[in-house]
Amino acid sequence: MTYMTIPATISGGPSIFQVRIGSGEVLSAGDEADFLVAFHQHSYESHIGSLKAGGVLLYDSTNVQPNEDDKRFVNVGIPITSLTIEALGGTAKDKGKNIFVLGLLAAIFNFDAEKLKTLIRERFGRKNASLAETALIAFQAGYAYPVADVLANRYHFEHAEHKGERAYITMDGNQAIAFGLIAAGVRYGAAYPITPWTSVMEILRTEFPKYGGMFVQTEDELAAVSLAIGFSFSGNLAVTGSSGPGISLKTEAIGWASMAEVPLIIVNVQRGGPSTGLPTHVEQSDLYQDIYGGHGDSPRVVLAAASVEDCFYVMLEAARIAKKYSTPVFVLSDSSLSTRIEAFEEPDLKNLMQDLKPDLSPRPAGFKPYPLDKITQHVPPGARMLDGKYPLLTGLEHDEMGHPSGSPALHIQMTAKRRKKIQQLAEELPLPEVHGDAEGDTLLVGWGSTYGPIREAVNRVRQSGGQLSSIHLRHVHPLPNGLDAIFARFRRVLVAELNDEGIYGTGQLATILRARYCDPKIQSLTKTNGLSFLVKEIVNGISK
Amino acid sequence: MSTTMTLPAEPGQLTKNALTSDRPTWCPGCGDYSVLASFYKVLEKRQLPHENIVTLAGIGCSSRFPYFVNTHGAHYIHGRAVPFASGVSLARPDLQVFVFGGDGDGFSIGGNHLEHGARKNINLTYVIMDNSVYGMTKKQTSPTSPVGFKTKTDPLGAMDRPVNPIKKLISAGATFVARTHAAQAAHMTQMIERAMDHNGFSVVHVLSDCAEFFPDAFDSVNPRKGGEYKLIEEKKGDQTPEDALRHDITDEAAAYKLADLPFPGLFGVYLQVDRPTKNDLEAGLIESVRGKMAGCSDLEILQQTFDRMK
Repeated sequence: MTYMTIPATISGGPSIFQVRIGSGEVLSAGDEADFLVAFHQHSYESHIGSLKAGGVLLYDSTNVQPNEDDKRFVNVGIPITSLTIEALGGTAKDKGKNIFVLGLLAAIFNFDAEKLKTLIRERFGRKNASLAETALIAFQAGYAYPVADVLANRYHFEHAEHKGERAYITMDGNQAIAFGLIAAGVRYGAAYPITPWTSVMEILRTEFPKYGGMFVQTEDELAAVSLAIGFSFSGNLAVTGSSGPGISLKTEAIGWASMAEVPLIIVNVQRGGPSTGLPTHVEQSDLYQDIYGGHGDSPRVVLAAASVEDCFYVMLEAARIAKKYSTPVFVLSDSSLSTRIEAFEEPDLKNLMQDLKPDLSPRPAGFKPYPLDKITQHVPPGARMLDGKYPLLTGLEHDEMGHPSGSPALHIQMTAKRRKKIQQLAEELPLPEVHGDAEGDTLLVGWGSTYGPIREAVNRVRQSGGQLSSIHLRHVHPLPNGLDAIFARFRRVLVAELNDEGIYGTGQLATILRARYCDPKIQSLTKTNGLSFLVKEIVNGISK
Repeated sequence: MSTTMTLPAEPGQLTKNALTSDRPTWCPGCGDYSVLASFYKVLEKRQLPHENIVTLAGIGCSSRFPYFVNTHGAHYIHGRAVPFASGVSLARPDLQVFVFGGDGDGFSIGGNHLEHGARKNINLTYVIMDNSVYGMTKKQTSPTSPVGFKTKTDPLGAMDRPVNPIKKLISAGATFVARTHAAQAAHMTQMIERAMDHNGFSVVHVLSDCAEFFPDAFDSVNPRKGGEYKLIEEKKGDQTPEDALRHDITDEAAAYKLADLPFPGLFGVYLQVDRPTKNDLEAGLIESVRGKMAGCSDLEILQQTFDRMK
């Protein structure tokens, strides 16, 4: 599993790229590093604190001067910059020193050098063969460096037997969202670029046409959501997406989709807020926005992806719910999932692929777009109405035929109609499985990308003899029925999330759960430094 | 209780009766009534399949239009009817997409969408019913209100330069731009029909008087009120000396110049040019990409992608 932070500037700045490798289940990016590579003095100074005692510090001795008195680590100084320049010569300067280090690490960790070379050729050779050659020279220079002179230890990974039926595939969260949409049968969408959502739309712009569909880059967020709603109106369930600031702009239209009862998928790849906030950092602070955003009572559905793998599967569920309940469905991901690369068992596409082509068959007499006794199922244009009465979709309060009405009684009935279908969905939702002890002192509750660290915290506490449990909510709105029965089995319910609504001392989901269950034992553990939870932060948070 | 049945309109039987829906909520004397009548006329004349006609609108008096037309339709939010309609048009080339709206919807809150819908040349017909005032909210300044016009938001008279709708549309890249007046039923019907037949982003700018808040807005072009309704004379290509003086509707610079005449200027087609629509360009993209897929099913395409991620 990888974890990355980058600055929100194209010209660059301090970045980290974290990798955690293991033969078993890798749940989080880990609390402490075993191995730290520092290219610059500032990276050494900022991150030496996250290196385990006894860990290896590999530093570029051309640029980094480590603290001589700090004897906690195995210090390995290699003149990375000057060796790269020496190897490449010419005008390349020190560009390529990351590839040099990759070669070095391949030697230290016994990686498959040939496979890495193939990947380098794939990555750099597409546009320019000489660039790939240069990269390979840098790699080879690193790989051939007499590392034994400076580092006694060598590492290698046990080959793990793969138990599943299907092979593993590797992708990041945004790729999983895009391919999940395709598997779900979604073929149309529109959006405007914004970090960290953008790569989803880049993929869909390339992929949808292969499937006969279309993804449109629009002039702004309002046009994007409107185009997507137009696609859905035309009978093709569509997707739009963005990050917090863009979702703010889309809210009026999403309110229309709620009122007019149009199926729509809205992906929010969250970043740090408010306002422009922390564009490249992680936060889970758009939960209120996506549940409540907009004016009036506008019921909708909000789901949250727990992992990269779940980013794929949650899209299938979002499409199913959007169609069945004719409603906008939000899917929350976040910055950490968007760029995190995970390996997971290949989805069983044969059984998962959906076909959502519009049904243009003629409709019998008496069709009502907004029946009071049924869930709305719209008829797309192009379908003939045999009684000659054509349906109208509207944002005005309306009667069953979609014509405007200011009748107080009707507004009560229609408000209830829109709410009841969401309540009906809640009834069919599965209860989350309790991980750890079935009852006890503390139940951790999480949603979204905190799944891994929370689960690892439960495992860690239980392995050292403690008692701890967790549930993870994929359905954050509506909540599945029966959570209170789970809560009743614990003394305390601690909701861990990356936001700090904070005015009344609880985070956003914690506040929602407290309002829903009126239970003061629901408490909150929040974090807002723009980074994911460390496992130890959760473990320490429990004992507070 | 009345038991009158509306018979289904078989192809070839699309009557005004079959197209009539709710009774319009417009004020007596509103110009929008005649726009509705013209629209019925065009649809009756052309006999499109009833189910393929889509009537869309944003917010405003004129944007109530879809309630008064019995077709598939939607009444969307303020200013965003063009992107909504773009989604419908792009996904469904079998449909005939009409958008109706006012000057606030088109030139103010939705101005940017008008700009980009035109630039992308989305295949749809947009009828902008311009009364130069915000009527539904009861007389505030509109983007086309003339300087000096007194409204509740400009009690001393509007001070900002009004939008020149035709110039805006031409510079944005609309490929069919015409102007008409609600009192000129025959001309208006002709303009809407020509717009409908145009493959691309076609706009009819209809001056449609607000009987309540700006009844004298377009008197200068209304013969019944002593004005003069002057038509654009289009080039006929008959090689006569008079023809040299007539307007070439494919000449963007000439159209732009014509649009600079003192408002409301001339009526008729300012511009009609052929440029690939986004509908065609996207269809071409899909065709070329699908060509490389060698007839693979959706499942096979996604499977191949996953195979590369192993």
